[in-house]
Amino acid sequence: MSDVSDLVLETRGLVKHFPITQGIVFRTKVGAVRAVDGVDIQLRRGETLGVVGESGCGKSTLAKLLIGLEQPTSGEVLVRGENIARLSGQGLRRARRNIQMVLQDPYTSLNPRMTVGDIIGEPFAIHPDAVPRAGRARAVQELLDLVGLNPDHVNRYPHQFSGGQRQRIGIARALALRPEIIVCDEPVSALDVSIQAQVINLLERLQRELGLSYIFIAHDLSVVRHISDRVAVMYLGKIVESGYHMAIYEQPTHPYTQALLSAVPVPDPRLRGRRDHIVLEGDVPSPADPPSGCRFRTRCWKAQPYCADHEPLLQIRQRSPHPSACHYAEIRDVIHRY
Amino acid sequence: MSDLNALAAETPTRPPAAPSGKSRSLAADAWHDLRRSKIFWAALAIIVVVLLMAIWPSLFTSADPHDCVLSRQHKGASGGAIFGYDFQGCDVYAKTVYGARYSIVVGVFSVLIAGVIGLTVGLSAGYFGGWLDALLSRFVDVMLGVPFLLGAIVLGKRLSADPGNSNGVLAVTLTLGILGWTTAARVLRSSVITAKNQDYVAAARMLGAGSGRLIFRHILPNAMAPYIVVLTILLGINIASEATLSFLGVGLKGDAVSWGISISEATGYVRVAPGPLIWPSVFLAATVLAFIMLGDAVRDAFDPKLR
Amino acid sequence: MTGVTDIKAQIDALPGLDPRAPLLHVEDLHVEFRTRDGVAKAVNGAGFHLSAGETLALLGESGCGKSVTAQAVMGILDTPPAHITGGRVLYRGVDLLRLAEEDRRKVRANRIAMIFQDALSALNPVYSVGFQLAELFRKQRGLSRKDAKQRAIESLDQVRIPAARQRIDDYPHQFSGGMRQRVMIAMALALDPEVLIADEPTTALDVTVQAQIMGLLAELQHQRTMGLILITHDMGVVADVADRISVMYAGKVVEEAPVYDIYAHPAHPYTQALLASIPRLDLKGQQLNVIRGLPPALTDIPSGCAFHPRCGYAREICRQEQPPAYRIAPHRESRCHFIREVLGV
Repeated sequence: MSDVSDLVLETRGLVKHFPITQGIVFRTKVGAVRAVDGVDIQLRRGETLGVVGESGCGKSTLAKLLIGLEQPTSGEVLVRGENIARLSGQGLRRARRNIQMVLQDPYTSLNPRMTVGDIIGEPFAIHPDAVPRAGRARAVQELLDLVGLNPDHVNRYPHQFSGGQRQRIGIARALALRPEIIVCDEPVSALDVSIQAQVINLLERLQRELGLSYIFIAHDLSVVRHISDRVAVMYLGKIVESGYHMAIYEQPTHPYTQALLSAVPVPDPRLRGRRDHIVLEGDVPSPADPPSGCRFRTRCWKAQPYCADHEPLLQIRQRSPHPSACHYAEIRDVIHRY
Repeated sequence: MSDLNALAAETPTRPPAAPSGKSRSLAADAWHDLRRSKIFWAALAIIVVVLLMAIWPSLFTSADPHDCVLSRQHKGASGGAIFGYDFQGCDVYAKTVYGARYSIVVGVFSVLIAGVIGLTVGLSAGYFGGWLDALLSRFVDVMLGVPFLLGAIVLGKRLSADPGNSNGVLAVTLTLGILGWTTAARVLRSSVITAKNQDYVAAARMLGAGSGRLIFRHILPNAMAPYIVVLTILLGINIASEATLSFLGVGLKGDAVSWGISISEATGYVRVAPGPLIWPSVFLAATVLAFIMLGDAVRDAFDPKLR
Repeated sequence: MTGVTDIKAQIDALPGLDPRAPLLHVEDLHVEFRTRDGVAKAVNGAGFHLSAGETLALLGESGCGKSVTAQAVMGILDTPPAHITGGRVLYRGVDLLRLAEEDRRKVRANRIAMIFQDALSALNPVYSVGFQLAELFRKQRGLSRKDAKQRAIESLDQVRIPAARQRIDDYPHQFSGGMRQRVMIAMALALDPEVLIADEPTTALDVTVQAQIMGLLAELQHQRTMGLILITHDMGVVADVADRISVMYAGKVVEEAPVYDIYAHPAHPYTQALLASIPRLDLKGQQLNVIRGLPPALTDIPSGCAFHPRCGYAREICRQEQPPAYRIAPHRESRCHFIREVLGV
């Protein structure tokens, strides 16, 4: 199928534990929040990998690890084969040119005291070798045009733009250094429904025109399906199921994925009462103290004693043609009418 | 959520160029608000008058504050001496006008000193965090634990023992500066920490920005507003504190004229002649109030949340 | 101490109250906010009605006026800067806007209740959950401390909080997001209101928790034949639970219809455009429709039909005349000059 040289981003055994300490002067470690606990993902050129999960699953931490804002406790983050977790200083700065992030909140991700031109032009100031000084103003205007904003507005300030426009500015900033990979961390969650469509369409168009690869992290499963080629589902720091969107959405095999999908409302009243409806009991366990064996077993209707002793690996199984981390994985359609 | 000042018609194709290139910076918006604030203008008026008094006292009075004739002791208002005469026979009005200079000088320079120290400490503690923050914060706590008057008296006496210090201005200024930076540092530390955690700082870090750029381009500009306000308030407080120190005898000395000294001298005679006490006090209170009101108005105008 | 019967009797004795009149009927409501930047017209002639046992969804994006409308009904708008400049809010025939504040307050807790998006700021953080619940029973129903506590435990049970007896002494921050929402629901339903207004109750929650809470609301509503007004922007949630939908834009209700009709055949361009712009779980590859332009600033609402600058069907008349509410069918109305075109007939 696609050969390995097409791989733009890969993580191997990525782990991030946040220590919990006690004491003011001499801090002793009493535990750890296992935010990301062994995650392997692959991203190929031109594709979009969606990462979904609920609060506490670790997807935000994963985003920060990918972009180098957090150092992994162990594991590798390979951008075009180079482990950025090992880099620092000049090396890291150089590697950052290839992977950038679009943040969630358009109201706090832009410095309110900088003009839009300065904001988008900042990458050039930090990496002077990217674009010669003479060409920077042009480059900024081209970026504004690329995201559908008026290039004459370079001297305006963020507070003069709407939420959707600010998000576009953030996207323009991320594109300035022509990265191959963009990590989108909930890029449309803070926007109104009709504006979400604008930004999603923009992201898709940019992907087609520039050959970008996206990691799209979000909690809105409908949006993720729309934009992603492949999807990974996270729960308590681990990926529990991954595959092509069709597989995950129409033939989910992991109980958590099934419960998650069955809970997502579809804007079609004719499906009312006609869908498979799974209601999970209880709350999500604390990431500082996850259950032994399979982490989902405390809320799973299929749980057996075996699940407590043996952690299921993410792999293809007898009844699951795509990788799934459940000993009793089985296809169940929860989004269509039955 | 569309901002009330948001631009019109954003479309996927390029929209027509905006008619007025109204790129309003935060400063311009702030100025626009300040212009409409009566409090701002009132405060500014008072401050301008006082500043003029400090720089060109002869604009306000032709009398000489040192021209004191005992025979005029506690005489009421007459001629150019609209406030009357004090216990030494000096023109109270002249003394009040000339007193503005030292009061303002001490106030402004002590705040500059406090501002620089506070900036360094607050920024380091807030930005670097960790053990540096712990160390500096405990140091600030210790400094705050020192009672102001006690510290001022001790420090004042020590510094005025310096031979190069004739009328005590330097000593008082240093004293107030050294004792006044702590609150400002705390304020700056917390606004630096808040700014540091903003998304746009993370975004800059992601782009590869180093500490220098992060501090001077992103964090400081957004953390300075409350700091400047605190400093304007400190200005008012220091002017009043100079009066207190002079009153206690640890401030200005020699033939220096300041409001504090005037107040100090006039207290003993308040039953006989309240004028020499009241007038410098009024000027002092008005100036302090003006600086505080200015600080308030500027803070409100620069607050983006109030937009 | 006033008991249950007293307050009930007092409310029932309000002049004009007709037990056969619709539960809630909002007519031509106008609310404006007077700010230093101008007058923001948040609600411009909104109206809807609700009967017992019904779920009405007030659907719209931010700034459309749905929350302000709800707050006006509840009587909790901050005046100033908000001013109700017209309209009627009829609870069983009694205009709440014209009631004395004391009577209004009685109606507020006992007949119409409200829950909000953020339970953490709606609950008082310094009192235990049990205390806050019990206080309701003590003050409004005159129960003794012991009885009030017992009723509080029962309330928590009703909203399916496990181990209610132990959790009665916990503080709001000790509950998870979903549990806190349940506590807020318990407090709202404690005095057996006839109408519950839910303002974005699940927007801040995870999707599995959202499903739990919506299921709980549906169950409780069914048990009590309560009227439920659901304020939201989520068209998926609405499709699952609503009987009727009122779509709001720039302070007006632009379309009102039963839920099945509105999804299948929207009769207003805004509704139609909105439906076409949301991605669906069960579809892939559709082009998302984009509504060009931005929602209007409330200080500067366009003339005529407020939606015309962004509307694909707009013509000159749309700029000049505000479309009246055309009745297409019983219970179906739309404010548009070109309904036929939108429906494709």
